[in-house]
Amino acid sequence: MTNLFGVVMLSGIYSLVTALVFVNLDAVDVAFTEAAVGAGLSTVLMLGTLVLTGKEEIKTTRKPWLPLIVCVATGVVLIYGTLDMPKYGDPNAPVHQHVAPRYIDDSEGEVGVPNIVTSVLASYRGFDTLGETTVVFTALIGVLILLTGLRKRDKNELTLEELEEQRKREKEL
Amino acid sequence: MMDRKPILRVTAKIFMPFILLFGLYVQIHGDFGPGGGFQAGVIFASSFILYALIYSLHDAKLVLSSVALEIMAAIGVLLFAGTGVVSFFYGENFLNYNALAHDPIHGQHYGILIIELGVGLTVFSAMTLIFYTFAGRGR
Amino acid sequence: MEALDFISPGLYNYWIVIFLMMAGFYIVIARGNLVKKLVGLNIFQTSVFLLYISMGKVQDATAPILGEGFDTFSNPLPHVLILTAIVVGIATTALGLSLVVRIREAYGTIEDKDLLELEDETS
Repeated sequence: MTNLFGVVMLSGIYSLVTALVFVNLDAVDVAFTEAAVGAGLSTVLMLGTLVLTGKEEIKTTRKPWLPLIVCVATGVVLIYGTLDMPKYGDPNAPVHQHVAPRYIDDSEGEVGVPNIVTSVLASYRGFDTLGETTVVFTALIGVLILLTGLRKRDKNELTLEELEEQRKREKEL
Repeated sequence: MMDRKPILRVTAKIFMPFILLFGLYVQIHGDFGPGGGFQAGVIFASSFILYALIYSLHDAKLVLSSVALEIMAAIGVLLFAGTGVVSFFYGENFLNYNALAHDPIHGQHYGILIIELGVGLTVFSAMTLIFYTFAGRGR
Repeated sequence: MEALDFISPGLYNYWIVIFLMMAGFYIVIARGNLVKKLVGLNIFQTSVFLLYISMGKVQDATAPILGEGFDTFSNPLPHVLILTAIVVGIATTALGLSLVVRIREAYGTIEDKDLLELEDETS
């Protein structure tokens, strides 16, 4: 598909379907976020980029065989690796043995919030969330620097044109 | 451009308060049901993006200017980190909310509400401001 | 590993994740358009989200919100990690998109082949 508009729209639909899968996997909070972010915001941002960069992709003349072989080979190796993994939905899997039971059993007495995800996010792992918030803030600063530049200067500082005019005036004098 | 699309304009105007109300609900009700600062921030941002798309970027900036958003993003992070620092003064660990009220459970509740507010503020202003810069670049 | 084990349905979630991951990986390495590469990265990212969430699922459990009448819950820890990862993901995607916009303004193209040619001409 060389029409990037279609690509962006399809990726939005894909995000929405992923959100439904997350609901099915009991992750309601994650599904909520994915639906709002993936299907809403990222589609809008990508469309905003397409307005600035052009909608059509130039058809590639590249041969697809080498990347295809690399992907298939990696996939086969990864599938071989999954053969030792715990089965889907297995309550005795190693993931469920260590930290999670404590959160599920004790969070009501320690934090007192019914939504365990919120209590882990904000209280048990608050430091982690602080880091994530800072990452969002830093990304914002990065976007602002890249797209609006460092235009806001000191008010007393002269712009380039003003400097040039001043120099001209000095020459005339 | 959108002057000749009355259906879109009227619908957007009707929907705006409901989206904002839903955002507030998600923000404050995050302790009891699915939701929290991250989701509420994104929902709030999407309502402003809707407004800017249907009307114009200029109109959206009249409601909430980019300078105010920059300050709000910083305030969100400061609110989060500041809550952690406050617990220092009660002799607790960083981001331990037990000391914020007379008993630990209430303290945890207040702490979670405050930091979710900080997260919501930062995510909302970051997302809206990113959209503002992308949309403002074209003209 | 016995043949019967190999076709057992318990590992399908991992295989779906690997399929999505490789699809995203293929887009990133085979396509030249930078916006398309970012879409591929997004698909790759979603596959990792799916891996974490599907690992946290427990049979016959419910969403991790405490309430009357429920006693088995899915693992809340992956949900927390992925919840924050999604929002950070969109923030970093926005950063990548703004880089694409700047590249387009500086070079007039966002195809990586053309970019490499322009680089060769200038150097």
